[in-house]
Formats: sequence, C-alpha cells, structure tokens
Amino acid sequence: MLMHRFWAGLFALVPILGIGLYVIAVLGVGSVGGFSFAGLWLPENANPYATAIDHLFDLVHIICGVVLGVTTSILAYVVWRYADHPGRQAEPAQYITHHTLLEWIWTAIPAAILVFLGFYQLQVWADNKMNRPMVMVEGQERAVEPSALVVGKQFGWEVYYPGPDGVLGTLDDQRVENELTVPVGRPVVLRVEARDVLHSFAIPGLRVKQDVVPGMTQLVWFQVDRPGTYEILCMELCGWGHYKMRARMKAVAEGLEAEVQE
Amino acid sequence: MRFLTTYIFSRDHKIIGIQFLLSSLIWFLLGGLLAAAMRWQLAWPWSDVPVLGSWLFANEGGQIPPEYYTMLVTMHGTVMVFFVVIPILAGAFGNYLIPLMIGADDMAFPTLNMLSYWFMWPAFGCLMLAFAAPGYGPAAGWTSYPPLAVLEEAAPGSGLAQTLWLMGLTFVGISSMMGSINYITTIVQMRAPGMTMFRLPMTIWAMLITAILQAFALPVLTAAVMMQIADRLFGTCFFIPEGLMVADGPAKGGGGQVLLWQHLFWFYSHPAVYIMLLPAMGMASDILSSMARKPLFGYKPMVYSMLSIGGLGFIVWGHHMFVSGMQPLVGAAFMLSTILIALPSGIKTFNWLATLWGGRLQLTTGMLFCVGFIAMFVIGGLSGVLMAVAPVTIFIHDTYYIVAHFHYVLFGGTSLIVIGAIYHWYPKMFGRLMSEWLGKLHFFTTFVLMNCVFFPMHFLGAQGLPRRYADFTAGDSFSHLQPVNEFITYSAFGLVAVQSLFILNFFGSMIFGRRAGANPWNANTLEWAAPSPPPHGNFTAPIAVYRGPYEYSVPGRDSDFWPQSEPGEDAHGSHHGA
Repeated sequence: MLMHRFWAGLFALVPILGIGLYVIAVLGVGSVGGFSFAGLWLPENANPYATAIDHLFDLVHIICGVVLGVTTSILAYVVWRYADHPGRQAEPAQYITHHTLLEWIWTAIPAAILVFLGFYQLQVWADNKMNRPMVMVEGQERAVEPSALVVGKQFGWEVYYPGPDGVLGTLDDQRVENELTVPVGRPVVLRVEARDVLHSFAIPGLRVKQDVVPGMTQLVWFQVDRPGTYEILCMELCGWGHYKMRARMKAVAEGLEAEVQE
Repeated sequence: MRFLTTYIFSRDHKIIGIQFLLSSLIWFLLGGLLAAAMRWQLAWPWSDVPVLGSWLFANEGGQIPPEYYTMLVTMHGTVMVFFVVIPILAGAFGNYLIPLMIGADDMAFPTLNMLSYWFMWPAFGCLMLAFAAPGYGPAAGWTSYPPLAVLEEAAPGSGLAQTLWLMGLTFVGISSMMGSINYITTIVQMRAPGMTMFRLPMTIWAMLITAILQAFALPVLTAAVMMQIADRLFGTCFFIPEGLMVADGPAKGGGGQVLLWQHLFWFYSHPAVYIMLLPAMGMASDILSSMARKPLFGYKPMVYSMLSIGGLGFIVWGHHMFVSGMQPLVGAAFMLSTILIALPSGIKTFNWLATLWGGRLQLTTGMLFCVGFIAMFVIGGLSGVLMAVAPVTIFIHDTYYIVAHFHYVLFGGTSLIVIGAIYHWYPKMFGRLMSEWLGKLHFFTTFVLMNCVFFPMHFLGAQGLPRRYADFTAGDSFSHLQPVNEFITYSAFGLVAVQSLFILNFFGSMIFGRRAGANPWNANTLEWAAPSPPPHGNFTAPIAVYRGPYEYSVPGRDSDFWPQSEPGEDAHGSHHGA
C-alpha cells in the first residue's frame, strides 16, 4: 500500500492550488460554468492616495506566496520521503535535537523582512490617516477644509453641504439622503460622524474606510481620479439592516457639483 | 450516589476533562449548525428554510429574518470562541493532560477544578435562555460593541438577550479563572521528582503560558462586562456619549467613550487568540515528535518563541482597531508590535518542519491532522502578516479576508489539532483505539471541505465583501460573487455532514474499538506510563523522571523510544536543546 504517497499528494495540493488560485484570481482569466474569474481580485482603484495600499497588498502577497510555497512544499516532500510504509528500508529516524545556526538563520531572515515591512508601510499609513491633504491658497499651504459632513444612522447616510453661508455645521446646511457628490481630480476631505451606533464609512473602490464613532468627529480624505458612481457601504455591524446601509457617491467634473446636488 | 460522585460531581481531573470535552463537542455541533444556517441565507438570501423554516419563522413566511441573521453571526462567534475553543483546550485537554504529563496524582485543587466545570453550566443556561429571549437573541456580534449592545432600542436583541449574554460571559470568565489558577499551581508545584521545567512536554509549557495569559487578561474582560451590565441596568454611562438619537428618539447617555469598550475587550480578546492557539501548538509539538519517532527540533527555541508570543500578545490588541477612530499614531505603534509577533509563530513552524525532516513518520489519524494543521496554520499565519500591515487593513478590515484569516487559524489551526488530539489521546481516555479507517476518511473529507469553505473567502475579501451582511445581492458591487457564495455554502453543508463520521467513530469506538494498552503509540511522555484509562490517582506506582520528553530513536538503543519514567543513564545528557 502506498497510502503515504496519497497523503503527500494531498498536502502537495496546498502549495499548488494555494498559489495557483491566487495567480488565476490576479490574472483574472478563465471561467467555470459561466462564472468568470475576472472579478476575484482588488476592484479597480480610483484614489491616488491608495495606490500605495494596493502596492503593499501585492507586495505582501508576493512575499507570503513565496513563504507558503516553500514551507508547504517541504511539508509535502517530508511526508513523501519520510513516511513509514511497509516497503521502506529499516533506516531509523535521525537523532537530531537542535541546530543553533539554523535557528539563527530562520529567525534573522524573517525578522529582517518583517522589520522592513513594518517601516516601509509607515508613510502610506501617514498619508491615508494622519497627514491631511494640503492646498496652496494665496501662496500659503493650508489644510483642505471638509466639503461635506456625512452622518451615519440606522440604516443610511445623511449628507450635509454648507448652505449659503459657506460654512459647514450651521443651520442653513443642505441635507441629502444617501447621495454624496464630490469633484474629480482634487483632494476631498469629509467630516464623518454617527448619530446612533457605530458605523463604518467605506468605499471599496477608493480603499477608504473609517469607523464612525458616536461622540467623535473625524475626517477622511481621498481623491477621485475617475468620474463615475461609487458605492458607500457600512462596514461595522450596526443592527439588523446593516447589509442594506448603502449610499451612492457621484464623482463629477469640477464645477458641476452644484448642479448635481440640486 | 456512587455514580453521582464518580461521573457527575467528580473531583478527578480526568473525569472533569472528559466532561469539558463532551460539553464542548456538543456546543461545537451547535456552533456548526448556526454557521450552516448563515450559509443558507448567504447563498440563497430570503428563501424559505427547508423543514425548520415553517416552524422557526412561522410569522415571517419561513424565511430567515435579518434580525435572526445578526443573532446567528453573534452566537456562532460566541459559541465557538467562549464555549468551544477555550474550554476544549484549557478545560478538556488542560485538565486531562496536565497532571498525567507532569506525573501528579491530580490537580492542586480538585474541588476548585470541579467548580470550574460546574460554573460553565450557569453560562450554558444563560446562553440557551438568550436564544429564547425576545428579539431572537443577542445581535451585536461576539465583540458586543456599544452603543449597539447597550442601548435597548438600537436592536431587537439588545434587551434581555444581551444581558443574558453578558452574564453568560461572566460565568465563563469565573470558570476560566478557577482553571488557570489551578493549572499554574499544579504545574509549578506538583511535578514528579526529576521533572525539571526544561523536561516538560511542550503541551505543558503551552498550558502554563496560556494559564498565565488567562490570569492576567481575563480580569479586564470581566471588569468590562460588569461595566456594560451596569450601563444597561444601573444607569451608568461608561460607554455611551451624550446626545445620541436612536430609533427617532433621544437615547440615554452622557460622558462615556465608545472606544473604551473596544480597548478593554481586545485587551482580553487578543491574548485570547493565543489562549486559543498556544495549547494547540503544544499538543501538535508532542504528537509530531512522537509520531515522527524523532526528537522535537529546537526544544528551547520552541519554549522561548511561545513565551514571546505570550508576552507580545499583550501589546498588539490595537490591530483590531486600526480604523476604529483610535489615534492613528497609536495605530502605527500597534502595527510595529503586531508585525513582530509573526516572527515567533514562524520560528515554531520551521522547527516543526525540521522535526519531521529525517523522521520515520507514522501517519496515524492524529498525525495526519497535525500535518494538516501545519499547512493550514501557515496559510492563516501568512494572511495575518497582511493584516498587520495597517494601510492594507484600511481596505480589508471587516471584509471576508478577515473571516478567511481567523478561520484558517481557528478551524484550520486549532480545531484540526483538537480533533487530532482526540484521536491521539482517546485510547488513554477510554482505553480503546478509535477506528483508523474512519478517522482517515474523516481527515480527508474535513481537510478538503474546510479549504473549499474558507479558501475562496480570501477572494471575496479581495473584492471588499463586508462581513456580517445578511444579503450580498442587494447592491451593485457584489452580485457577481454569488456563485462563489453558493459554492462555499454547499461545501459548508458537506463539512458539517462529514463530522458525523467523527461522532460515529467517537461513540462507536467506546464499544467496538480495539483495546489499547498503556502505550499504544510507543510515546515517551508520562501519561503513557499510566494504565489506559488511568484510575483515580493516575499512576499505579510512584513515578520519577529521568530525561526529557523527546528521546526518540536514540542511537545505540534497541527500541526507538525511551520513556521519561524509565530509569537509566542518559548517554546524551538531559540538557539537550539550543
């Protein structure tokens, strides 16, 4: 009986299918029974701030894919080579208790990769969550002001634009339900709040996500480089209607926002 | 009366361990059925539930209502974490193996041990009542974030059901705390003569570190749960700020911080991730070494890496909160600590591979589950590295990528080891061997189907598919993924169904299983020196320890194992290890 070969084959499927399926998803080619593999990887990104997020996503996947391939292939090989079976020669298992140099190698190399990743990502984090976009106004650099206030509630989004006074958060603000309009091609800052429970303001097509917290006012920023309609989702459990808490965001050419809002 | 004291209110650690095992397995089945119900809804949203629908949802026309779906999400997580994984590792295997493996006759505090099991029953009662409470049951997620969990008008399940959920958790906490005090004392004080700390099997090291994590982290959760109970019942506002409008009316509140709960909850629940993993790693190390007939590679690096997982585990909780509204600079610090914790897990994996290399692998069912565990843990661990990268988390937080990740760790990792450990230690527990043929069929089907269930979730997550949604067909973004959801559902039903092979094997082998001797696997650790099953008091003769637990295939010996309790000079010295 060569059952051990069967098991080695099963374990060999882990690196083969594990990496293979990822490659298929990334390439987006092929289909099964009418289901296309084209829509299994990151949706198209329209936000220049998040380009680096996608880059990190790919980079970590490549590193992890190599580690996955090596370790699980060794695992399958070990089962193939060292499993006991009736036909195997009477060689005993090797008596090896430790190997200090090996331990150092497989500690130092992953440590170096991890520390590199840790520091490599810091700037991307800062750009997306810490350093609010700046614009030049009359020769001075100023932080971009929020152009709208978005309030999450069970189960929808209220959008407020500044009224005739041009100031956000005053009584003459204009309110729209579940529809946000932003200009394309320049940084957009939004104020996000919650009225009742936790929600999360998420736009997968822009890699934007920020939990909106009752009692807190927060800012999110992004830039939309492609005109079109994007889906705003709630991504923090907020009650039974969580799944239907969606809104639309329209990105339009500059100057047209006011018309769309009417 | 005799029956009651021997099998029900027993103070014998082995009976208590088996009690924990059986009740956790029953909850495991329930948790699996809850998941199957979720999968039904996700594959065919709002369709009539066969057979049960007309009975459970008579008022809704036989479909799962959305309130019920959020309850399923909540209870599946709660049951699996607090009523299955934690009690089955620490409660069942910790109880059963600690005294046997260190050569003690019982736990340090047998009565406390009995109480730690019986405090699970009020928890069971609270959770069962929570299902029956108005509003279908608690529905704020297993994380129970306020204000949703605290304000009654925010969700139908946030009334009495949520209070019962909190009380249930309190009882689980009391039970775990009693257990961890007992484990620490027993391991420190009751080791057999000659059992030095560096002769302990890896399972015992893991149980010790786990018990310490429990003892230090759990009080924080218990305090947080008490605060939430007070917010709900006694009018305090720890977690509720002022001025909230819920269900078109002003809600109670004032001065509280919503994020405070998240910090307190994850301060426990991240170490809890390691509470749910370290014992599995320990048991895997023991099974791998004995079934490879080869010493565990790098004993001391294995111990140190577990210790550093335990230590680092306390300073990484913020990675659950990268996009929660926590100050981003703090997030950057948590990102660095989180990325470091990948290192000791990697070291453990490399040492396991080196343990297998050059061995003479006995592919028993228990061993197959352990090898499967390594493969699955590698996948779950590597997707964890992706999650440590905070900017990426902005995209994948609360998507199915996270769901895939923690199921690879908790199902592919912990649960495979739990099942493998049952196959491995069953002959000790019940004196009979489980069927290897059925066991291997069970492994094959479970391994294949679990990958069919959880692997595609990575791709759903890469599309940004959100967790905890009752229906993905409602918007424009995700309708094209519905065939994947159907595939996952079919696989999940299969995964639940094939567990019947295990149930059959588990109970059938009690009657039809081949009788096992004291040491059916020719293993070294002390539990195999006791009869199968061991009597109350464990060892028939006084026991002493002469060497480490992993002296397999020592050159110059006739047999390929050398039990720890067998007197004799150890030519290679007992201080091996880097």
